[in-house]
Amino acid sequence: MNYNETQIKAVKEFLYKIADDQLIIGHRNSEWTGLGPLVEEDIAFSSIAQDKIGQAQHIYEILHSLGEADADTIAFTRNAAAFKSCHLVELPIGEYDFSLMRNFLFNHAEQIRFDMLANSGLEPLAKLAKKYRGEVKYHTMHANTWVRQLGKANEESHARMQTALNDTFNLALGIFEESEFADILKDLNIFPGEKVLQYKWIEAITPLLEQSMLVLPESSAWQPVYGGRKGFHTEYLEPMLEEMGEVFRLDPKAEW
Amino acid sequence: MRFSTLIKTTKEDILEALQDVKDPEIPTISVVDLGIITGVEVNEDNFVKVTMTPTFSGCPALKIMENMVKERIELLNISGVEVTTNFDTPWNTNMISPKGIEGLKKHGLAPPEKHNGLVQIEILEKVKCPHCGSRNTTLKTPFGPTLCRSMHYCNECLNAFEQFKPVE
Repeated sequence: MNYNETQIKAVKEFLYKIADDQLIIGHRNSEWTGLGPLVEEDIAFSSIAQDKIGQAQHIYEILHSLGEADADTIAFTRNAAAFKSCHLVELPIGEYDFSLMRNFLFNHAEQIRFDMLANSGLEPLAKLAKKYRGEVKYHTMHANTWVRQLGKANEESHARMQTALNDTFNLALGIFEESEFADILKDLNIFPGEKVLQYKWIEAITPLLEQSMLVLPESSAWQPVYGGRKGFHTEYLEPMLEEMGEVFRLDPKAEW
Repeated sequence: MRFSTLIKTTKEDILEALQDVKDPEIPTISVVDLGIITGVEVNEDNFVKVTMTPTFSGCPALKIMENMVKERIELLNISGVEVTTNFDTPWNTNMISPKGIEGLKKHGLAPPEKHNGLVQIEILEKVKCPHCGSRNTTLKTPFGPTLCRSMHYCNECLNAFEQFKPVE
């Protein structure tokens, strides 16, 4: 890669954003281990967690090749302000409906992002994206199945899913907070932009929500929750990071 | 003079030896038949370079398999070995060999159906039951005891079973 200093900065920010989202939502999904409403859901959330954290790790390895710290150090020693993840992923797991709807909205965005990145000019990332999109397909499949089922099952499940959608939608729009480096990434054929992704995402989720009898908030009422990409986070991220990195920080040099 | 420099080890020798290295989670299939050995090179000095690729990005067995491959090759007549993992040739379930498919069956797993590069939800339904051969089966969940397995139920013989799930 023959990028200049600003271009490298743009690439790093982009990689951090994608991987941080995956690590944080991966950790949140892992918090369902042992708490799932069915044993199958316990396993599903735990497996999705394992996939996402594994995927984040390989992106951190690209960052390492660009001069950043190694993957474990990146994952376990930064404080909240250094994380580029969106607010959607950092909120506590809440009730099952909230976590499920969060996964539904996030996984679809991720699926489309990796589809777009499979042809990215950033070759190491394109290789990963080709691999990841097949794995994420199972994550979207899982979310689709349950959103559809619960959206239509009975009055209570429908009401819960609609409330979960109302509660998570503006947060999910925060996924698409544009970077100050967006033009650089576009010029380098790395990524065409968050707005392009958001447009495709709305197109993908709209029919699925309709089939589930759920109503997307009116676009005039959309209020994207931004800030995460710039390092501003909710009060929930720092305690989560404390817990996630606790064992690593006991002995950072330990051999595992 | 070291004996190792007299007789040339071939790529075929390496692949044959790696038949002994099994998937730690499915001991009836070798890493070669699983399709995760994506490159083998032996240079003039009998130095071996092996490239592997993970089945799933989050596969926890990856490091273990790398070490197992290295240790097995070290038993051969070679001057040294280097094992690296990358995504240059991404793995998909079509890369499992016919012998590998038999190995999965031997472990009681339904093998993945061949796909044309795209996995559709339909190929997860009606998976052939490894116990009775019926296709009157239902997908219970696309996630199982390991990342590579899904769980199914056979409506014919009333047994639960697992599939090594198709990945594109």
